[in-house]
Amino acid sequence: MHKERTITHAPASISHSPFKGVTRPVLVSAVFFMLVTGLAYPLVTTGVANILFPDQAQGSLIVENGQAIGSRVIGQYFTKPGYFHGRPSATSGTDPNDPSKTVDQPYNAAASGASNQGVISKKLLDAFAERTKTYREENGLAADARVPVDAVTASGSGLDPHISVANARLQAARVAKARGLPEDKVLDFVDQNTSGPQLGVLGDQRVNVLELNLALDAAAQAHRAAQ
Amino acid sequence: MVQDITQFVLILAVMTGLVVVLGKWMTHLFTSPTHNIIERGTYGILGVNPAEGMSWSRYGMVLLLSNAAMMLLGYLMLRLQEYLPGDPLARGSQTPDLAFNTAASFVTNTNWQSYSGESSLSNFSQMAVITFLMMVSAATGVAAAGAFIRGLSRKNTADIGNYWVDFTRVTYRVFLPICFVMALIYVWQGMPQTLNADAIAATLEGAKQQLIIGPVASLESIKHIGTNGGGFFAMNAAHPFENPTPLTNTLHILSMLLIPSALTYVFGAMILRRRQGWAFFGAFLVMFLGFLVLVYGTEQAGNPLLTPLGVDQTQTALQAGGNMEGKELRFGIAQTSLFVTTTTAATTGSVDAMHSSLTPLGGLVPIAEMMLNNVFGGDGVGFINLVTYAILTVFLVGMMIGRTPEFLGKKVEAREMKYVMLAVLAHPFSILGFTALACLVPSTLESLANQGPHGFSEVLYAYTSGTANNGSAFAGLNANTTFFNTTIGLAMLIGRYLTLLPMLAVAGVLAAKKTIPEGPGTLSTATPLFTGLLVFVILVVGGLTFLPALALGPIVEHLMMLGGTTF
Repeated sequence: MHKERTITHAPASISHSPFKGVTRPVLVSAVFFMLVTGLAYPLVTTGVANILFPDQAQGSLIVENGQAIGSRVIGQYFTKPGYFHGRPSATSGTDPNDPSKTVDQPYNAAASGASNQGVISKKLLDAFAERTKTYREENGLAADARVPVDAVTASGSGLDPHISVANARLQAARVAKARGLPEDKVLDFVDQNTSGPQLGVLGDQRVNVLELNLALDAAAQAHRAAQ
Repeated sequence: MVQDITQFVLILAVMTGLVVVLGKWMTHLFTSPTHNIIERGTYGILGVNPAEGMSWSRYGMVLLLSNAAMMLLGYLMLRLQEYLPGDPLARGSQTPDLAFNTAASFVTNTNWQSYSGESSLSNFSQMAVITFLMMVSAATGVAAAGAFIRGLSRKNTADIGNYWVDFTRVTYRVFLPICFVMALIYVWQGMPQTLNADAIAATLEGAKQQLIIGPVASLESIKHIGTNGGGFFAMNAAHPFENPTPLTNTLHILSMLLIPSALTYVFGAMILRRRQGWAFFGAFLVMFLGFLVLVYGTEQAGNPLLTPLGVDQTQTALQAGGNMEGKELRFGIAQTSLFVTTTTAATTGSVDAMHSSLTPLGGLVPIAEMMLNNVFGGDGVGFINLVTYAILTVFLVGMMIGRTPEFLGKKVEAREMKYVMLAVLAHPFSILGFTALACLVPSTLESLANQGPHGFSEVLYAYTSGTANNGSAFAGLNANTTFFNTTIGLAMLIGRYLTLLPMLAVAGVLAAKKTIPEGPGTLSTATPLFTGLLVFVILVVGGLTFLPALALGPIVEHLMMLGGTTF
């Protein structure tokens, strides 16, 4: 039992009093660590990031003729038949006619938002029924055609830049018709703008809607220029 | 399906590998006697003696007071936001109850947000308040875990270490370097990191799109490594700027699990019983896998009420399928399920999908993990919670076999059991007490976004999240009211300090005891049998406490969904 008395650790001093001499370190530590972790760390990161990856650090903007037309990672709201349409978006924004009101404003990148409705919400199920009907009509599908789930559900951010390949393929005929292109050609564009799982394993196969639509526009412009 | 399981196995294997790497590094951090030059300079500025040893009561008091000072500083900056520099969007100050809620939320590592980041915080506040409090609250938790383990590893002494040394080393040697490197990887993948406040885009269809940007990556890296969880944007890690690719999603998941899992290794190494660390890691992993299977299974199966509408939720080569409401396509069901399971296991609370739109049983998982509060758990505190239950298990088993319970060679007696029970009971007391209170307040109904059992789940989720210092939400609930801001703020403080301080006391009391030699009747705590008993005790205590509340929320909602009842 006497061997137990060996103390393995012997500091210079042990303080028992909880309060003695704590005022200065407590106050100084708050300000000091705010400066280190709240300003120095993010500012140094900002500096280095803008040297190494200036494009991404500023929001991965796509710029044409000096004007930003969007971000590669943020979805946009598409309604025209000649464009592929993204997923439904639950974002809202202030009413331009009456600033005191909020109105639906899909793909509002200044206020991300989701429905936050549970699975047995009547409101949500009604929205699904409506969107399914509209999707079939827009794309000339049979009244009992099965609609891909991503085409009728709102994303978490309201800014999802992607749709599934199944969704894109069902829209191809409509886009081809509106643009006067053969459907095969449009499907080729879909294939070219499809990314597989990252590093071969992570995530799912997906189509970036903005990049796909930009590719279609660029091809149309090149075609006009050639004529 | 095969690809989904491949992802799970791969990510969990990488996590286990990192346990050893970071575990070794942190063990060195907590035991090394030498201070580097930057640390010595810091001690000079703070005016502290790094050689001073602290008793548990002093360690706890210094922790509490320095946290209070940091919370006050954060509160003041939020209240004065409109007068602080550099916001072209001129976002106003937060109201007193909202600023209290925000400061309490971030200093307790909860990161519950009653505000939405885009519209209410300037880039200065995102850095000097949010990033700052994220880092120091995580460092506080890890420092406390270090002191706790040190207390358990020592004998015949009142000294459990020096708070300033632990805190400074954790900040300098773990958080700052890892966060810096991770932030750069995030920017490479498409996360903004700038002092500009926004960019205006003219969209293809001729509309104006205002893109909010800012120092996102530096916040995002500490948010996950520090198991904080508060988003730069309202929709958190579902927002493409916070989580642009499946790779960033994977790194978020690994970051959240990094420190909570590595602490099991630190524990084994510091008490010189490696197997004990792995026995605890095993307990974490078993519970985690069970919850992961439940989320993945129910979310991939989808919402049965959609099928009659002609919606295709099956998984095919061309679509991931499943319940996609509130989810992002780039993650699909597998990455989302793993994130959901991780974020409330590691009590981070960031979300890459809206938990409110999960299927009822899928949504039960995050609630249940926060109720148990020790499936990995938050940085530092999750491990402490697990040891709380380990001591409780030893005690119960000791009672059953009629022997004085022992833990790590120390007798477990009345005094430390009182502290343990205080820590075990403060948690459900806060969750169930505040939920009951909110149900009695008539104005609660106006805050709900869903009717029926889901509305109750929103309230239950809010207080569970606050008390467990998680911060995620069934986000339909409008919690920015004086009642919710104040009560959830209190729940966060109770949940943090009424579990942390009693357990530091336990560590202090055990450190002062002498060890007793192992005898034939000693229950080994490093065996699979004990791991099984531990998981059993956690589930039984959690089940007995919380099952009635869960039955009123997600469970009845699940039955209604199967029966086709809607609200």
